[in-house]
Amino acid sequence: MTPMIEMRGITKRFGKVVANENVDFIVNKGEILSVLGENGSGKTTLMNMLAGIYYPDEGQILIDGKEVVIKSPKDAFELGIGMIHQHFKLVDVLTAAENIILGLPGKMRLDMKKITADIRALTEKYGFEIELDKKIYEMSVSQKQTVEIVKMLYRGANILILDEPTAVLTPQETDKLFAVLRNMRDQGHSIIIITHKLHEVLALSDRVAVLRKGMSIGTVETTTATEMSLTEMMVGEKVVLDIERPEPENQELRLKMTGVTCVNREGVKVLKDASFECYSGEILGIAGIAGSGQRELLESVAGLQAITEGSILYKPKTRDWVELTHHTPEEIREFGVRLSFVPEDRLGMGLVANMGTTDNMMLRTYRDGIGGLLHRKKPQEMSERIIKELGIVTPGPDAPVGRMSGGNVQKVLVGREIASRPRVLMVAYPVRGLDINSSYTIYRLLNEQKKRGAAVICVGEDLDVLLALCDRIMVLGGGRITGIVDGRTATKEEIGLLMTKSDMDEKEAADHE
Amino acid sequence: MSIWLTFLSKAFTMGMTILYGANGEILTEKSGNLNLGVPGMMYMGGIGGLMGAYLYERAVETPIPLVGVILSLLCALLFSGFGALIYSVLTISLRANQNVTGLALTTFGVGFGNFFGGSLSTMAGGVGQISTAATSGLFRAKIPFLNNLPVVGELFFSYGMLAYAGIIITIVLHWYLYRTRPGLNLRSVGESAATADAAGINVTRYKYMATIIGGMIAGLGGLYFVMDYSTGGWNNNGFGDLGWLAVALVIFARWRPLNVIWGSWLFGALCILYLYIGGLSRQMQEVFRALPYLVTIIVLVITSLRKKREDQPPAALGLPYFREER
Repeated sequence: MTPMIEMRGITKRFGKVVANENVDFIVNKGEILSVLGENGSGKTTLMNMLAGIYYPDEGQILIDGKEVVIKSPKDAFELGIGMIHQHFKLVDVLTAAENIILGLPGKMRLDMKKITADIRALTEKYGFEIELDKKIYEMSVSQKQTVEIVKMLYRGANILILDEPTAVLTPQETDKLFAVLRNMRDQGHSIIIITHKLHEVLALSDRVAVLRKGMSIGTVETTTATEMSLTEMMVGEKVVLDIERPEPENQELRLKMTGVTCVNREGVKVLKDASFECYSGEILGIAGIAGSGQRELLESVAGLQAITEGSILYKPKTRDWVELTHHTPEEIREFGVRLSFVPEDRLGMGLVANMGTTDNMMLRTYRDGIGGLLHRKKPQEMSERIIKELGIVTPGPDAPVGRMSGGNVQKVLVGREIASRPRVLMVAYPVRGLDINSSYTIYRLLNEQKKRGAAVICVGEDLDVLLALCDRIMVLGGGRITGIVDGRTATKEEIGLLMTKSDMDEKEAADHE
Repeated sequence: MSIWLTFLSKAFTMGMTILYGANGEILTEKSGNLNLGVPGMMYMGGIGGLMGAYLYERAVETPIPLVGVILSLLCALLFSGFGALIYSVLTISLRANQNVTGLALTTFGVGFGNFFGGSLSTMAGGVGQISTAATSGLFRAKIPFLNNLPVVGELFFSYGMLAYAGIIITIVLHWYLYRTRPGLNLRSVGESAATADAAGINVTRYKYMATIIGGMIAGLGGLYFVMDYSTGGWNNNGFGDLGWLAVALVIFARWRPLNVIWGSWLFGALCILYLYIGGLSRQMQEVFRALPYLVTIIVLVITSLRKKREDQPPAALGLPYFREER
């Protein structure tokens, strides 16, 4: 039997970073295939090459045994491939039906009655529940997702790729989606779902393809797989890294969070009943799948995220314990709690790309001047010092940070917070997208802060790094703290299981209801 | 009674220039382009039409009105379309800032109009000497018989051909935007170019077409003002702030062409109201002339407060589109 899709030796690089390396990948007709892997393992990149978003640097793609070239989403449509991205591509002010027929050829005049009837016939065939006259902005996330799926089917897609489709769904909605997907499989469609949730893989798919660090590790039949075997494939052997880890000294309690819950704008709980303690002279790592509440956790300490329940106590240098939730972000910063968050686009938060290093330093000190006038001299000295000490490569303190390389931008970002000698330093993804050398510079900086007696909280993506750098590692799963392990003795499998734990508990709880 | 009838009728003619401008701008904005060059396009259309008509009438002994009208129309479309093309190349292909480009083109268009208006005046032998009697006469020809009906005649049948064309263009534009596939595609480009692109719509082509045709429609407004309202003559800066009123009317009409029909009538009425209220001091006249803007601000405040999604500008208005880096 010829496979429906075959990818051979696919390699994709972004600059120096290799996203996929020599990946072989096969999808059969009428199956549900899971693509499993950690963050940054290259799952989405690989699928984007099928959907025409990216173009592979090396390798071949064969559909029904014939080699094809997919250069744009339109090419992918024509080959019957439809991809549903995590961020839906829908026009808010249009109705579901209008979104579904967008850009399709047809009669000049819009006969919405006939179009709606056509779509209705399709949705009934697969058992979708959808209100075609409803505007997108009035819909829930799960309804929007249904519109996206119907849109792809209406365009004749027989290979459907879903990028983490359940990330935004409730357990009940997830069940409904799975029922529809199984139905589609039985009608002969091939379905690929990108996920990192093990129980979903086991519940839904026929086969699992596992990726790790851009390489394909193997494909297994779901019936022969277990959670343990998949975790092992996903996280891989422990890599020994040569990162310094001094023993913590003179530890004292600095930060104590109890029962903190917060809710995002959509009303979804993003952090649930989180409690932990943080000591001076240690690095506390935070591990978890992206979007498990890491950001909210750090921001609630920094005073940037309102919490609905719980308390956050902090011990400043000169005074007694304070409740951080009663203070403004400004005051919290003055207490010595500093947050440096490196977002996916690096420049999106914390730095202004068109301004120089000095000006970016002044974003923190602009209040120091007299009256409305700025005090320029101190920030100037500070930026010169940081440039020298951290070895930042830049033409000078006034050169726009947007022109620097990623590693140097991150050094500025972290360096600015370190320069204030914080008592609690929180960094999120400090080595995101950096090469080895720059990464080690950042690790060294964090260790220096630890030795100086700061409490360092570090959110990371790479488990190997967290295991080599941190004294303790706290694991987040679905907004819950699922465990705190010792960085010196814990294993990757242990953390990997904790990362996927809370989802399952909730699912089971929902099933029992 | 009859003075108010005249008032309504004059308000309509005053509003017609605004109607064209607003329709052109709506079409443009639905593609996500905020063309603040519309006042400039109107000048370019106006001077183009005047040049076409004047040079033709000057060149032949006995000008045929219909030929004059056709030449005048073509020149108006050509000139204003050219202005919109400059805007399109700068903002769509070169991704220049839309506000800056638009304002620059307004400055350019006004200067362009005044410059060639001056040249034509010199050719004609002095300011106010330009005559395009034959062409302008046909442009202004009223509908026979119906025009003589009492009340209804003055209110509905006393206008030139471009006024009726304006109403028809408005209705066609509405139909196009809300009842056709290309119209749906165009709206999606203005709402979210990335979504449209992913759905296989040629974003660049839609943006160019909408902006250029939109500029041409605005240019017809200039043509109407010069050939009909001003009876085929030229005054430097004669348009006053009609161009900006057109931009304001787009907001007032909440981006719906059908609202433009009564909206332009209202704006026209507010523009000339001060002439019909006796005993106003100079200061008060100026206050009255600001009324259309005041009304626009009120509408803007109300629609912003109500937050109804359909009343908001196209979501991607003013943003350049880069296809995601690949």
